[in-house]
Amino acid sequence: MLKDITLGQYFPGDSVVHKMDPRTKLIMVVLYIVALFLADGFAGYAVMILVTAGFVWLSKVPPKSLFKGLKPVLIIIVLTAVLNVFYTDGTVLVQVWKLKITYEGIIRAVFMVLRIVMLICGTFLLTYTTAPVALTDGMELLLHPLNKLKVPVHEMSMMMSMALRFIPTLIEETDKIMSAQKARGADFETGSLIDRAKALLPILVPLFISAFRRADELAIAMESRCYNGGAGRTRMKQLRYERRDYLALVFGVLLIAGMIGLQVVGV
Amino acid sequence: MTPILKTEALTHRYSVGTPFENTAIDSIELEIPRGQFVGLIGHTGSGKSTFIQHLNGLLKPTAGTVYYEGKDIFASKVATRDVRFKVGLVFQYPEYQLFEETVYADIAFGPKNQKLSAAEVDERVREAAAFVGISDDMFEKSPLELSGGQKRRVAIAGVIAMRPGVLVLDEPTAGLDPEARESLFKNIEDYRNSTGSTVVLVTHSMDDVARIADRLVVMDHGRVVMDGTPEQVFSRPEELTAMGLTVPVATQIAMELRKRGVDIPDAIYTTSYLSKVLLKWKEVHDHA
Repeated sequence: MLKDITLGQYFPGDSVVHKMDPRTKLIMVVLYIVALFLADGFAGYAVMILVTAGFVWLSKVPPKSLFKGLKPVLIIIVLTAVLNVFYTDGTVLVQVWKLKITYEGIIRAVFMVLRIVMLICGTFLLTYTTAPVALTDGMELLLHPLNKLKVPVHEMSMMMSMALRFIPTLIEETDKIMSAQKARGADFETGSLIDRAKALLPILVPLFISAFRRADELAIAMESRCYNGGAGRTRMKQLRYERRDYLALVFGVLLIAGMIGLQVVGV
Repeated sequence: MTPILKTEALTHRYSVGTPFENTAIDSIELEIPRGQFVGLIGHTGSGKSTFIQHLNGLLKPTAGTVYYEGKDIFASKVATRDVRFKVGLVFQYPEYQLFEETVYADIAFGPKNQKLSAAEVDERVREAAAFVGISDDMFEKSPLELSGGQKRRVAIAGVIAMRPGVLVLDEPTAGLDPEARESLFKNIEDYRNSTGSTVVLVTHSMDDVARIADRLVVMDHGRVVMDGTPEQVFSRPEELTAMGLTVPVATQIAMELRKRGVDIPDAIYTTSYLSKVLLKWKEVHDHA
């Protein structure tokens, strides 16, 4: 049950998007988000939908699993839609008491929902097609200039990749502990809210103990392999920009230019 | 007499409808009579752990069902919860589930969930602790202060304290040193002999299981491939080896001796029996 959580889940594959340099993908996501917020009007949104669909198609990630990732934010999406429908002034279509639905409201609600959905799909596409290690590597290299400002970039990215690495492990562990306590008659499903919160104790205590034990073991394992921070450390997989990366970046810049252009023309 | 546990076409598939779909256990039919000591063996990934988690209703089967004393344990939510107390399941490395501040409180967790009276809980805790060799003076200690072997004993006591009709143990001796292993097996044997309860023991330790089990069930690729007395099962060493399992040391020695022309019976699986046979053989040959 806990295994169904899709939190930055990596979907192995060998599409163009998978093979792209993580740095390119990170920059592309930023460009994509900027373009998404620049998009305005039917033409802009049509282009963005096409671009999103194009990337999904290129990545060969099943759209079904992308939509599964939308489930947790469904409430936000619905709330945005409802608020926009009722709180936008304009040509009134239907009015019930003080609530009125306007033409502009509907259009805006549709746009907002599309924007959120595409925002999530775009970022999910990044985590679906990039292994967590590659992602943090890319981030470390992109943020490398900050080293000059004494920001511990390497340490931060190391912490992040460890945290990512241990999410599945801890989920599995939680599952095991839950089963073991259930086998002793623990009940997590019935009772008042307070009862249920109390019932979590037999899970949380062993989970914390084991997390600390793991942290300790990991630190010893790293030290015994002479880990002492990022200075002078080389990587097994050197990242190199390829033709597809330049192509993608050029496309991203053109996309932004296009969005600005559309705004200027005012379509 | 109805068997205490019975599985009917028990099948479990993980991740149905995804590319990761995988049949962990496949139409298992098994009857366990009351009081039997069953050894469940199979290499890693053969479906043993998935199988035993159905016996107390922790996992819901994809198809088939489990009967406890003739009653379907998946018939209702209440039935599924009740069976947790009747089929006590001790997981692998159970010491990782300890959470209470004292040893006593941890052993009492199960009985308390059964909503028993304080006096009854106390009686059960003391009884269970005695079975696994945890003395009274350890009751007020924190479980974290104990040694690995003692922690494991406390965790096992926590399940025994529910007085389950069937005790299921998943590799209870994994990671213990030989001495601790020996004495834990002794405790389990004593527990079974004095309570007469049914025990299902999952293990890789062929020598121990050969000595204490009445019946061996061998699983491979999610199916039961052998089921019989230790004699019957260990008389097929080639098949066991092909499945990535070993046979007891005594059986290995007997096989080698037979290969070299020593005429001793097959189906030797304990060291004591082997030595008896060899002494007899020597006697006969000395006379000749």
